[in-house]
Amino acid sequence: MKLELNEAQKWIELFVEKLEANKSELNELDTAIGDGDHGTNMDRGAKAITESFAKKAPENVSDLYKATAFAMIQKVGGASGPLYGTAFLDMSKAVKSENIELADLIQIGADGIKRRGESDIKMKTMIDVWQPIADAMKQDNFDKSVVEDALDSTKDMVATKGRASYLEEKSKGHLDPGSQSSAYLFESLVDVLGENS
Amino acid sequence: MKKIINNVEDIVPEMISGLVKTNSDLVKQIEDTTAVVRNDKKFSENKQVGVVSGGGSGHEPLHAGFVGDGMLSAAVAGEVFTSPTPDQIYEAINAVDQGLGVLLIVKNYSGDVMNFDMAKEMAEADDIKIATIVVDDDISVKNSEFTQGKRGVAGTALVEKIVGAAARSGMNLDDLAKLGQSVIDNTKTIGIALHAATVPAVGHPGFELKDDEIEYGIGIHNERGYSVEKIQHAKELAHELIEKIMKEFDDKSGKFAVLINGMGGTPLMEQYIFANNVLDELQSDGIDVGFSKVGNLVTSLDMQGISLTIMKADDDWISKLKEPVTTIGW
Repeated sequence: MKLELNEAQKWIELFVEKLEANKSELNELDTAIGDGDHGTNMDRGAKAITESFAKKAPENVSDLYKATAFAMIQKVGGASGPLYGTAFLDMSKAVKSENIELADLIQIGADGIKRRGESDIKMKTMIDVWQPIADAMKQDNFDKSVVEDALDSTKDMVATKGRASYLEEKSKGHLDPGSQSSAYLFESLVDVLGENS
Repeated sequence: MKKIINNVEDIVPEMISGLVKTNSDLVKQIEDTTAVVRNDKKFSENKQVGVVSGGGSGHEPLHAGFVGDGMLSAAVAGEVFTSPTPDQIYEAINAVDQGLGVLLIVKNYSGDVMNFDMAKEMAEADDIKIATIVVDDDISVKNSEFTQGKRGVAGTALVEKIVGAAARSGMNLDDLAKLGQSVIDNTKTIGIALHAATVPAVGHPGFELKDDEIEYGIGIHNERGYSVEKIQHAKELAHELIEKIMKEFDDKSGKFAVLINGMGGTPLMEQYIFANNVLDELQSDGIDVGFSKVGNLVTSLDMQGISLTIMKADDDWISKLKEPVTTIGW
C-alpha cells in the first residue's frame, strides 16, 4: 500500500483540522502531566502547514512530507517540533524510493522519533502510538481500534521520558498528550485509507 | 486571567520588540527571529568564543536579559515555556561566531536538548565549531535513568555569568565547555511555590495550592514538586532548603556562592527576608559564602515562590561572579 500525492495531502490536511479542533483538549491533557501547551504548539504547527501548502503546493509526496517537517520544526518548538519534524523529514527522504510500502514508511518515522528522543516503547511517549501502528500496518490490520488501543495503553504507563517523567508514579492515570496528537494523525490516516477501500 | 498583553500569539515577538527598543545600546534583534544579539561596540572589537543560550519564554530576565559584554553573546527566546526552534538557534549561532566557535548553554529539558541538538548539526554543517553544556542543577528531581534527569533552573544564571566572564577573558571553546560542566556539577538548586504560574495560552494556574500551603521542589514550568506542606516562617523554609542542598556537597570547606531567586510573583522584600535567614544559617553552620545575590533572575511568569541555589566555588569562580557586566538583567 502506498499513498498518492492527493491522498497524502488529504491525510495531512485532516490531521491539521483535528489539531485545530482539539487544541484545548491537548492543552488540558498536557496540563495534567506536562506544561499545558501541547495543543497551542501543535496548533501553531498546523497553521504553518496550511500556510506552507498554500504558498507552494507540494509537487510530490516527498515534498509534502518535507514541507510538513519544516513547518513542525520551525513553528512547534518544544519537544514535539523536533520529534514530528524528524519523523516527517526521515519519511520525506525514504519515500523518494518508489517501492517503499506505507507500513515501512511509518516505521521509518517511528525510528526517527526514537533516535531524536532517545526513546523507545513503554516510556509513555508518542512512540507508544507510532510503533503499534507500524506493527499493525505491517500485518495489514490497521484501523481506528488499533489507534484507540495504542492511545489508551499510555494511560497506565509511568513516564520515563519527557517532562511527565518528573512525576514518576503520578504520571499514571493520564493519557500522554503526544500520543493523543499522534492518534489524531493516524485517525486521519484511517479516514483517508477508508475512503479508498 | 488578567495579563497586560495583546494577542496571546504575539506575546513573545512583542516582548522581544519592547526589550530591544528599550535597550538598543545593548542588544539588537536578529532579523526574522525572536533572538537577540549583543549590539555594543566591544562585541565587534574583541574576538571571543560565542556564548549562546536560550529556552522558552516566561523566565525573564533569563536569557535575553543576560546578553552583553561579559555574559551571553546571544539569546534565543522560544514561545512561553517552549523551546525555541533549531532555525532560530542556528541564526543566533551564525550571528555570534567569530571563527573561534560557539558554546551552547542548554537547560536540561527534552525539548531544549533536541532543538539545540538539531541547531548544532546545522551549524556544524557550516563548519562552525560547537560545544554544548546542559545545565541540570535542580536536585529536587532524581537523576535516574527513569526520568529525563535533573532540570535546569536558577543555577543557569550563575553558569552563564561564570562562563561568560571566562569567554570574555579569551578562554578557548574546549576549556569553556569543561569549565561550564564543572560549574554545573557544583551547582544545586531547590525551589518552592506559594502559587503556580498562569501560562497565558492556558488561562489558569498550572496547579492549585490552598491559601496556607506551599509546594517544595517545583520546577520553573509549573512542574509539581516533592511535597505540599503548610507554609512556615521564612527561617524554617531557609532551613529546609539549606539542609536538602548542603547534603549534596561532600566537602563543605572552601568558598560557596549563593543565589536567592524570586520566581516572578514574590516581592523583593520577602526575598531579602529569606536571604537574611539563609546567610545567617550558613554562617552559623560555618559555610564560607564568597558571593551572594538576590533577585528575580530565572522566573516562572507570575509564580509566587523562591529558589535557593548554592554553588561550591573557588576563588576564580567567585571573582568571575563578581566581575562587572553590561546586561539588562544581571
